[in-house]
Amino acid sequence: MSRRVRIGILTPTLLALGALFAWAIAGLPAFGDYRGPYGLVLNRVVVPLRHTTNVVMGTTFDVRGVDTMGEEFILYAAVVGVTLLLRDEVRSRQAERRTQRLRSDAVRLLGIVMIGGGLLVGLWLVSFGYITPGGGFQGGVLLAGAVLLLYVVGNHRDYGPLRRQHALDPLEALGAGGYVVIGLAALASGTAFLTNLFGHGKAGTLLSGGSIPILNWASGIAVSVAMLLLFAEFLETYVVPLEPEDSGS
Amino acid sequence: MSYLPYAVAAWICLVGIAGIATSRNLIHLAICLTVTQSSSYVLLLSVGYVKHGKAPIFKGIKLGTTAVDPVVQALTLTDIVVSVTVVALILALALDAHRLSGTVDPDGLADIKG
Repeated sequence: MSRRVRIGILTPTLLALGALFAWAIAGLPAFGDYRGPYGLVLNRVVVPLRHTTNVVMGTTFDVRGVDTMGEEFILYAAVVGVTLLLRDEVRSRQAERRTQRLRSDAVRLLGIVMIGGGLLVGLWLVSFGYITPGGGFQGGVLLAGAVLLLYVVGNHRDYGPLRRQHALDPLEALGAGGYVVIGLAALASGTAFLTNLFGHGKAGTLLSGGSIPILNWASGIAVSVAMLLLFAEFLETYVVPLEPEDSGS
Repeated sequence: MSYLPYAVAAWICLVGIAGIATSRNLIHLAICLTVTQSSSYVLLLSVGYVKHGKAPIFKGIKLGTTAVDPVVQALTLTDIVVSVTVVALILALALDAHRLSGTVDPDGLADIKG
C-alpha cells in the first residue's frame, strides 16, 4: 500500500474514530463524579483488613495478586522473546564498533552521584512500597536504571559483569518463581492460591501486610532484573564486547 | 471543562495512531505506539478520579478520607508494564528487520521474504 493511499484511508478513519470517542465521552459521567463501588470499598477495607497503608499496592499484591503474577510473567516472556530474537544478531556483529571511554569528569561525577542516589531511592521505593507511594515495580525500574547509569558514566565494560546473563538468570528466577512459591505456600496450607498468609502486623510499619512485602520484593527483583536483561540484550547488539586480550585501560 | 481529561486521552490516542500510520522509521513507530498506549493511562486515571480525592495511601492522612480509586491505579501499573514489554519486542524486531533488509523504514520491508 502506497503512502498516499494509506494517508487517504487514515484521515477519514481518524475522523470517524474521533467522532466515536466524542460520542463515548459525552455519555461518561463528568470528571470527578466517580460511580464505581470498588474503589470506595477498597479504600475503606484494605487498611483495616491487611494493614497496608498504600491501598494501590494492597490491591496489586493482594486483592488482584493473581493478575500481578500474570503481569510478572508477561515481563518474563518479553525478556525471553527479546533474547530469542536477538540471539543471532549478537554473534554476527562481533568487533564492529568500539565505544570510547567517557572523558568528561563532570558527567562522570554527576553520574556516580546519581547511581548512588538512584540505588538508594530505588531500594526505598521497593522496601516501603506498601506503606508510602512506591512499590516493587516502580522501585525495580529505578534500581535497573541506576545500574544502567554505569554504562553512561563508565564504558560498557563496567557493565560487563552484569551482561553475563547467566549471572542474572537465577535472580530473575527468584523474582518470578518466588511469587509463585508464595502462592503455592498458601495452597499447601489449605487455603486458596495466593491467600495472604502471615500476620498482618502493625499498619504503617515495614512489618505489615502479611505476604504483601514478600510479593513486593519478589516483583521488585523480577522487574529490575528483567529490565537489566532487556538492556543487556540491546547493548550487546550495539556495543561489541572487546576481546579479553585487548582490554587495555 | 469536566470532560477535558477524557478528551485529552482521546486526542493522545488519535495522534499516536496517526504517528504509527505515517511513520517512516520503525523506532519512531515504536515511540508512537507508546504515545497511543499512554492515552489509556490518562483515561484510566481520569475514570478513577473522585472530586477532591486524595491519593489512596493512608499514611499521614486519616482512614476514611475521600480518596481516588486504587483499582485503576493498579491497572495503570499493569498497563505500563505491558507497554514496556511490547516496545522491547518491537525494538528487537526492528533490529532484526534492519539486519535483514538494511532499512528501518516500514515501507522498505515489503520485499522481505519469510
